[in-house]
Parts: sequence; C-alpha cells; structure tokens
Amino acid sequence: MSECCTPAPYKPPAPVDNSQALRTIALIGPPNSGKSTLFNRLTGLRQKVANYPGVTVEQRMGAMAGIGRNDLTLIDLPGIYSLDPFSEDARVSVEVLEGRMPNTPKPDAILLVLDSLHLTRQLMLAAPVLALGLPTMVLLNMSDLMEMRGGEIDPLRLAQELGAPVARISAAKGTGLESIQLFLNRHRGEDANLAVTTVLPVVGNAVSAHKWAAQVSARTGYRAPLSQAASRRLDAVLLHRFWGPLFFLVVVFSVFEVVFSIGQPLSDGLGDVLARAGAYVTGFLPDGWLRSLVLDGAWKGVSSVLVFLPQILLLFLFIGILEDSGYLARAALIADRVMRSIGLNGKAFIPLLSAYACAVPAIMATRTIENKRDRLATILVAPFMTCSARLPVYMLFIAAFIPPIAFVHGLVGLQTLVMLGLYLLGFLAALATARLLKSSILKSSQTPFILELPQYRMPTLRSLGLRLWDRGGVFLRQAGSIILAVTLTLWVLANFPRHNGAAPELTQSIIGRLGHWMEPAIAPLGFNWKIGIGLISSVLAREVMVGTMGTLYGSDPQTQSLSLQTALRHDLPLGGAVALMVFFAFAMQCTSTMAVVRRETNSWRWPVLQFAYMLVLAYGAAFAVNWAVHLLWM
Amino acid sequence: MLSELEVGSTGIIESVNLPPGVHNHLMYMGFLPNARVQVLHRAPAGDPTVYAIDGLEIALRRETAQAIQVRSTRSTQPAARLPRTRRSLSKDAE
Repeated sequence: MSECCTPAPYKPPAPVDNSQALRTIALIGPPNSGKSTLFNRLTGLRQKVANYPGVTVEQRMGAMAGIGRNDLTLIDLPGIYSLDPFSEDARVSVEVLEGRMPNTPKPDAILLVLDSLHLTRQLMLAAPVLALGLPTMVLLNMSDLMEMRGGEIDPLRLAQELGAPVARISAAKGTGLESIQLFLNRHRGEDANLAVTTVLPVVGNAVSAHKWAAQVSARTGYRAPLSQAASRRLDAVLLHRFWGPLFFLVVVFSVFEVVFSIGQPLSDGLGDVLARAGAYVTGFLPDGWLRSLVLDGAWKGVSSVLVFLPQILLLFLFIGILEDSGYLARAALIADRVMRSIGLNGKAFIPLLSAYACAVPAIMATRTIENKRDRLATILVAPFMTCSARLPVYMLFIAAFIPPIAFVHGLVGLQTLVMLGLYLLGFLAALATARLLKSSILKSSQTPFILELPQYRMPTLRSLGLRLWDRGGVFLRQAGSIILAVTLTLWVLANFPRHNGAAPELTQSIIGRLGHWMEPAIAPLGFNWKIGIGLISSVLAREVMVGTMGTLYGSDPQTQSLSLQTALRHDLPLGGAVALMVFFAFAMQCTSTMAVVRRETNSWRWPVLQFAYMLVLAYGAAFAVNWAVHLLWM
Repeated sequence: MLSELEVGSTGIIESVNLPPGVHNHLMYMGFLPNARVQVLHRAPAGDPTVYAIDGLEIALRRETAQAIQVRSTRSTQPAARLPRTRRSLSKDAE
C-alpha cells in the first residue's frame, strides 16, 4: 500500500474512531438506479448491467481502478427499497452494511446512488442509510436525463438537508465522477459533520419515510421530469392486446433468423480460416504422433467449438439489447398469464429468459423471487431453457442433417424452424416441469406479483460492447481450458494402446472399446458409440460435445479428410441426429449449473434429483423421436 | 377497489389490506394513503395491470389490486393519448 498522496493524518483523531483512511466503500441504491453501471465505471470491471430491477443479486467487489484508486475496495450491492429485508437480495445488502457477511469487509463509507428521475421516492432510502452513521455521499444518477426531460434539483440545498455531500452524475456517460474522487480523497472522518442538523424520520416506517422524502424534495426545489410520454406511447403498442404478443413473437423469431442467416456464413468463414491456420502451423511439425496430437487432437477439437463464436456473440447482442432497452420487463408482464397457469409468476420469467444465455446467472437471479418454493421451482426448471452452450450442438447437427429449404419467398427457413422448435421444446419442458412441481412437492399459495417497469432506454454501445467482450472471453476461456483438456484426453484414449508403435484402429483403442461397451445402452436412441463418448464428455459442458465429435472423427482415418458435417452424415442416421438434438434439449449436461444449484439450495439433493429427472426425460424423448423418425421415413 | 378502475382513470388510495411483508414493499413503491394512482395499461391477457404512481410504473395482478381501496377522482391528469380512456361514471369504491 505505497500510497504517496495520503499521508497519515497528523491531526489528533476525531472523536469518532473511524478516522483511518477509507478502505471499503459500499454502493447502495434502489433497484435499477444505475449502481452496476457506476460500479463498472469506478472499477473498470464488467459487471452485467441490464435495464430491469434486480440484476445484481449478490454483492460484488472490485478495486476502484477505474478512477485510479486501487487501494480502495468497492462493493456493489443488490438494489433495495428500504433496510427492512423483504426478499433474499435485500437481506444480502443489509448483512454487508452491518458487517455480518462472511468474507466481506464492513464498509467504511457509502456511495448512495439515487435515480434523479424518481428522486422523491428514492429519497426514502436515504433516511435509513444516513442513519447508519457512516460517511455517505449521495449521487444523483441520470441527472442528464432528468434535465433533458425538464426536471430540476438543487444539489447544494439537498446536501444541506441531508448533511451529506451530493453530486450529480451520469454513470452511463461517466460524467461527475471527479466529485467521487474528491469525496474519497478528502474524507478522513472529521469533516462528516458540517454545521447542518439533519432531522431523520423514524426508521422502518414507510409512511414517515415517504413524508420526510416528500418534504426534503419539496424544500430542495426538486421538480420531477415531465411524464414519460414516449415510454407510455411505446407501451400502448408493445403491451397492446394484439400487437404486444405479436411483436414479442416477431422479436424472438428474428433473433434466430439472424443468428442463422448472418451467423452461419460468418461461422463457416471462421471455420475455413481455422482449418487453414491449423494446416499451416502443423506443416512445420514432423509427420507422426506429435502432429496428429496437435492437429487431429487439439486443433480440430477446439476449433470445432470456436467456429460458433459468431453465433454466440450475435445471440448475446440480442439478449443485451432486450435487457438494456427495458423490454424484458414488458416480456415478463406479457408472460405473467402463462406463468400463473403453471403456478409461478411473471418474476420467474425474467430468470428463465436470461437462462437463454446461461443457466448459471439465471439461477442466481432467482433470488429476486420472494417465495422460497417458487424460487426452488424456478431453479429446477431453468436448465431446460435453451442456453447458449446448446447452440453449437444444435447448429452442428442442423447444418449437417436439416436441408436448407426456404418457405414464403425465402423469409422462413426450415433450419430456423427446427431451431425454434428446439427452443420451444425446452421452454415447454420447463413449463410442464414447473407445473408438476408446483402442484406436488412445491405447492404454495400464490405470491403477489409486483413488477416495476423501467423506462425504455437506448442501449449504449459501451454496455453492449462490454457484454460481448465478456461473454466472448468466457467462451474462449472455456474452449482454451475444458475443451482443450477434454480433446487432448480423448486423443490419448483414441491413440492408445499403441499397436506395433502405431496408433490402433479406432475401434481397438481404449475409447473405442469403452464406446462399444456402452453402445447397447444408447443404440435404441439411434446413437453410435462416438455419440456415446460425446454424451459422457459433454456432462462437463454441452459444447464439449462438438469438440469431442471433432476429435473423434478427426482421429478416424475413414473420416479424417471429410468435414465434420459430412462425416456425421456418413455415420449417423437421421433418426439418431434428431434424437440427439432432442436429448440435448432436455438433458442437464453442465457441471457448472449443478454446482450453482448445489450452492443456491444448500444441498446435493436438488441437483442430483434434477440431473436424474432431466436424464430420464432426455432418454425417453430421444428414444421416442428416433422411433418416430424410423416409422415415418423407413 | 383499484382493480375496478378503468384504463386511463385515476384514483386516490385510501387503504391497503395485504400481509405485512407485501404491504411494506408496496408502501415503499409509493402505494401510500392519499397517493394518486393512474391506470396505464393492461397486459395483453387482461391481467396484470400497469399503474402509474409517484412517477413510477408498477404492474400488479388483479388480486393484489383488489386489496387496495381507492376513491376515484374526476379531475384526472391529462391522459388523453391513452387508448380507451373512458372513465367509469359512478364507480365510487368504498
């Protein structure tokens, strides 16, 4: 901690004993007030930010590198309306603030983030936070938007009223942050009590808190911005009885159409480049086992997964636009009726939607659901939602087996329809399972549905870019670690035991014997032994399936020269291919998800039950599909 | 009852009769006695309904809105741009 500019204070310590330099700062604010955006600004980290309440569900910490204060730790907390805990995530905030959260230092100072657009109501949180007695700075976020829409506030008057420094900032644009610097540099505990007497209301009472907040905002000349006319006009269409659901369907459909029509050519191009690069590099290696290991084992396996990067990024771009714009909350509203019919509410829909990206953050996002049983049901069905790791598997098998037929003048492709069907299948499985759970072991009375609709916002390029960078990084790291390790292991298993110093026939290798040993179990599904190996290795993560296929077909002399798609077409009947996609729609092939379910439910019982249930369902459905395709085509 | 107000109309909250946890949550969102609430939209399925209160838009299901007693006002805020802004004539909820 060689901090040149903060020498130890030479003045005798102030009466209060928190006069040492600040170390830990907490970010607090109501839901959707922009804490996470500010957190990203201040730390330079890429916390997920979206325009709906409840994105941050556990505290996150980071050094404040974004403003050059690596010595300070910033804690981002879930949004809260008050300090009386109502849901799980509010409880997290209270525990951190009171220093009761294990592994999290007690904050020495607070940055209270308030949304200037709704200041009066947001001030209700200021009272209990100021009453904590920690040095606090009040940040009026989105002040640019407020002024643009005709709002007004006098920060100086507000600072006098609250007895705390107040600054206007825009976390999205990064303006006003220098005032935070000043606050952090100057704050040594002794200038906390200006000559201001702050009268706080009774803490823990909404009526008095509201009265106080209304008086403060009146005295400080706060004028709320003009009504959100544009947002409401948009909602008049997007929540319309007829146009609303139609728009929803069009959005969903066009996402997949674009993922196909733009993503597929990009992906093919990337595949070409990777194949050439692999051939070029291995040209320097002598012909022999090393070359085979590098090219057939590692490179083919890893690049067969890497080629799906364009589609993954496109998918996350769309999800990012939907989240940042504020449309997601409207989707939850539209879906509430469906969710209610299965015994859940629209709030459960938001985690389920984000499970389209990945089940792990989705399961963490279920903490916003107040009812414990509803939350557990949502956790248990979330892995049915088609996550982005299934995308490579679907893309590979659809491209290999489903002909690119187009209907309606090329607007609707058969491949897109199959893809949509698979997404729908996962969704329906989630609904049916939730219904089953809610009418049996997780029965409970209906909990009220209270959803705040954020105003529509234009997604910023910065936020979308950071999101893609982040997700792309996760995907690449996965390819460089798990998938590389699996493909290398597979290559070894496929090339041993050596036969007179040379690689054995694939069927004679360790993996071949293992595969043939398990073949009877999967033959009824139309799978061959190579698929069987893929099913086992992909328990780690679904996209490992694709890497496994790349390595196994790459190691087989008969299919070595073919592209992976052609090799699959040669080796797998149509029934098996469709059954495989259905298997992946249902099966829980993801150890990360199981780990997070274990953590969130605090027992191994639920992830084990979930895994078994999904496996049985996947096996049964794949069996039925294989059989049906046989009947229809053979 | 709040659930009986039509889209576009405005009411003044008189009381909220819900379990303490929910009640508290709603109060912090602005559902306090004497607060003015306007009905903005209904979801395509007819439920939930979006209400404007205290500069916020909050969606509630019918059964929650039924537990909120309101008196309807005649002097509504301009809401002419909303579709179907017919106001109920004499639905004074007790």
